[in-house]
Amino acid sequence: MKISDNIIEKHGLKKDEFQKISKLLNREPNLLELGVFSAMWNEHCSYKSSKLHLKKLPTKNEYVIQGPGENAGVIDIGDNDAIVFKIESHNHPSFIEPYQGAATGVGGILRDVFTMGARPIALLNSLHFGDITNKKTKSLLNGVVSGIGGYGNCIGIPTVGGETKFHKSYNENILVNAMAVGHADKRKIFYSKARGVNKSVVYVGSKTGRDGIHGASMASAEFDEKSEEKKPTVQVGDPFTEKLLLEACLELMKDDSIISIQDMGAAGLTSSSVEMAFKGGLGMELDLEKVPCREKNMTPYEMMLSESQERMLIILNDGKEANAKKIFDKWDLDFVVIGKTTNTNKLTLKYNDKVEADIPIEALSSKAPIYDRKWKKTKKQNKKRDLIKTINLSFRDAIFKILKSPNQSNKSWVTKQYDQLVMNDTLLRSGSDSAIVRIHNKEKAIALTVDSSANYCNSYPLTGGKQIVCESWRNLISVGAKPISITNCLNFGNPENPEIMGQLVETIDGMREACEYLNFPVVSGNVSLYNGTNKKNIFPTPVIGGVGLIENLNKISDHKFKKTGSKILVIGKTFGHLDQTVFSNEILSLKNGPPPEINLINEKNNGEIIYDFIKKNLVNAVHDVSSGGIILALLEMSMHSGIGAKIAKPKHSLNQFEYFFGEDQGRYIIEIDEQNLNKVEELLEKSSIHYDKIGHTQIDEFQIEKDFREKIIDLNKLNNKWYNNY
Amino acid sequence: MRSTVIVFPGSNCDRDIAVALKKLQFKNEMVWHKDSELPKSDLIVIPGGFSYGDYLRSGAIAAKSTILKEVIKSAERGCLILGVCNGFQILIETGLLKGALLRNKNLKFINDDVYLKVNNKNRFCKKYSNNQIIKLNIAHNEGNYFTSSDHVKNMQDQELIAFQYSNNKGDVNEDYNPNGSMANIAGILNEKKNILGMMPHPERMTDKLIVNEDGLGLFSSILN
Repeated sequence: MKISDNIIEKHGLKKDEFQKISKLLNREPNLLELGVFSAMWNEHCSYKSSKLHLKKLPTKNEYVIQGPGENAGVIDIGDNDAIVFKIESHNHPSFIEPYQGAATGVGGILRDVFTMGARPIALLNSLHFGDITNKKTKSLLNGVVSGIGGYGNCIGIPTVGGETKFHKSYNENILVNAMAVGHADKRKIFYSKARGVNKSVVYVGSKTGRDGIHGASMASAEFDEKSEEKKPTVQVGDPFTEKLLLEACLELMKDDSIISIQDMGAAGLTSSSVEMAFKGGLGMELDLEKVPCREKNMTPYEMMLSESQERMLIILNDGKEANAKKIFDKWDLDFVVIGKTTNTNKLTLKYNDKVEADIPIEALSSKAPIYDRKWKKTKKQNKKRDLIKTINLSFRDAIFKILKSPNQSNKSWVTKQYDQLVMNDTLLRSGSDSAIVRIHNKEKAIALTVDSSANYCNSYPLTGGKQIVCESWRNLISVGAKPISITNCLNFGNPENPEIMGQLVETIDGMREACEYLNFPVVSGNVSLYNGTNKKNIFPTPVIGGVGLIENLNKISDHKFKKTGSKILVIGKTFGHLDQTVFSNEILSLKNGPPPEINLINEKNNGEIIYDFIKKNLVNAVHDVSSGGIILALLEMSMHSGIGAKIAKPKHSLNQFEYFFGEDQGRYIIEIDEQNLNKVEELLEKSSIHYDKIGHTQIDEFQIEKDFREKIIDLNKLNNKWYNNY
Repeated sequence: MRSTVIVFPGSNCDRDIAVALKKLQFKNEMVWHKDSELPKSDLIVIPGGFSYGDYLRSGAIAAKSTILKEVIKSAERGCLILGVCNGFQILIETGLLKGALLRNKNLKFINDDVYLKVNNKNRFCKKYSNNQIIKLNIAHNEGNYFTSSDHVKNMQDQELIAFQYSNNKGDVNEDYNPNGSMANIAGILNEKKNILGMMPHPERMTDKLIVNEDGLGLFSSILN
């Protein structure tokens, strides 16, 4: 069959890419080969637009065992305990079919983690939906949330944290990012690198069906009005089978049967076999008639490109097949030797002994195209002068408006649909600065957080990139964790547009700077480009998943006020930056201006002193100040504890709106006992850290000078109102 | 005291229950669903989760499994049986407990800490005081208990309703009913009072670091 231009285009390949394929093969590919190339060369699998820039990110510190390039990142938390984690996007499938798209996003990221020998212990997510008035938003929200819950609840892994945001730039392209975290024995981490010739290549898990064919290519293209027609490319998840696969794999991993193992995620059998062979410098030969199929008459093309879920590829040591099969039989899962490793450095696909495809592994991996795409710097916007003069509502109304706004309202409507406690090690749940999950049977824990701030990045990506890394760091500090490392999911628009490419490049630059300064490297991640429809791109949305370590379970903190009569302090200096804040965007509907600046030196100093306070048991509660400023942070501390506060702005030049709604970075609010005040002030002054004493806690009323006075119970009602009525 | 926890494919609270039982010095064994024999035990626990993926209907397939035939025999001999969440659903499907567990009234999965009012006149709750208010965690899609009003009356008369959803003061009414259950029922006993099925998870509240230890009373009641 002659490959026409039309067929090339349908495979998401450019003409020059096709020519490159022909050159690498010294001939034209056949259809199966073209399909395999399209699966490996698409943006999702090859990182062809982002690779050059991702290299700039720091990936090592004293804790890192494995950085990017494996199924997930691995860090060492002492006592032979390792934490394995990664975040990944499932944006396009979730927009087309929200329940299954979100569910398989969770399933896929879980497999990345248990492939490495880790038992998953926590799930988190970051969700961005369109404007609440957009007619699709409600059903997408419902579908995605129940899909995430449906998968995590069933497999029995707690969903402990996340964020749900709304903005019109996601109207036609929502973001669904899922993060999984697992715990492994440091001495028993499994990798995907093949070793040895003539070793059995084993297919385990679910049968292969026709679902998800070309899923990775679909995820690498912009949407248009015909996107609905792509429904068949969305995979269908089965958390029950995944639970069986998880238990079976972990059982097999107890001895030395496995040489290497890789899950069949995006681009299914193709990418798993190519990656294993490439990393090992080997070839692989597969007999496709042996692949367990769900449907009749599946062609090699369909088998290689299917993205059916809950499947793994394993390379076994000699003589281990029988015992391994016994384990998978126990769990009622398929186990078939479908091929072997070779020394040909080729991917050879046979069907009933006939060679159907024969491709040099390098052509699919290291020789895949890498683009240095044109990019344009984003111009920094000028600060809006006299913004406060345009304020035409009262302080009190502004607070009410923030509490009622969809983005700031209480998200328990979402998080109550997730089992947060199963496995019985969740010490701090959703709604906290970070979740805390104990290492089973040990006296230590990890803190986990997922964050994004797209409007900062949209205004000025360099600062936005820095800011979001700092926010993740700050959230971990706030619960008393030592920040260790991050995983990232970079959600951007079409990289062929130099402005969008510029957002990606500068966001990465900003992230790099913060990661380096804070010794907070990136150990895994994912890039999702082409997020947009009909040339309308989403806001640049880097999502950061942060992991921190808690070595003593008695030295943790949360953001709820603990008692009345204690002192409230703001740590870090308030400059009253209002541009790009919740207040200016959502209350005043102003879109221009720069995001708040990041001062990495202050960020680190302020964070370190908070960490020190928590370790010295000097604080009752800690909350980082993020979107919504001091006012929202204080309100959350009150609303979530039921304890009130009496607050007064310190006497300086800032106006009330600037002080309470400003989103200057690197700040925390702490609640301390009066008897600790001297000690705390002494430590702050010794480190030259700015702080404001702004009031004290009191019974059930929240009060700011003479301008605001409300019962906590009423504030909670207001904050819950939006979701309950949506 | 010897206990047995049944493990189905898809069970996911089996470990949590085992941890709680061990904390109270039960001699516990895990039994796989394909086994046809039960070890000698004083308590059999059917844990929460999604047995067989909850396909067909929650608990329906598990109720027909090999091991459940043995559980039913033990129950008839008077062995103590505790079914939590999916375990409660399975006990309902086997007919060991009467009624039905429908989808939650709001048609959504609910995970939340809830207050419960305890009736202590049974083997499982005797360490609690009567009408004590405890806080446990629920996590289910189908926990909306339904039965005939005669049956509710009957259970009230015989004190077979072990737990009812309430507020922290012990008021039992629709405002404090998370899933739409009849008479705010969260857990019930059979007539012989050797079988308890409950939607809330006592095993999750056995550790102060998580929330509280309100679930310990149930396990220590069984012990003595």
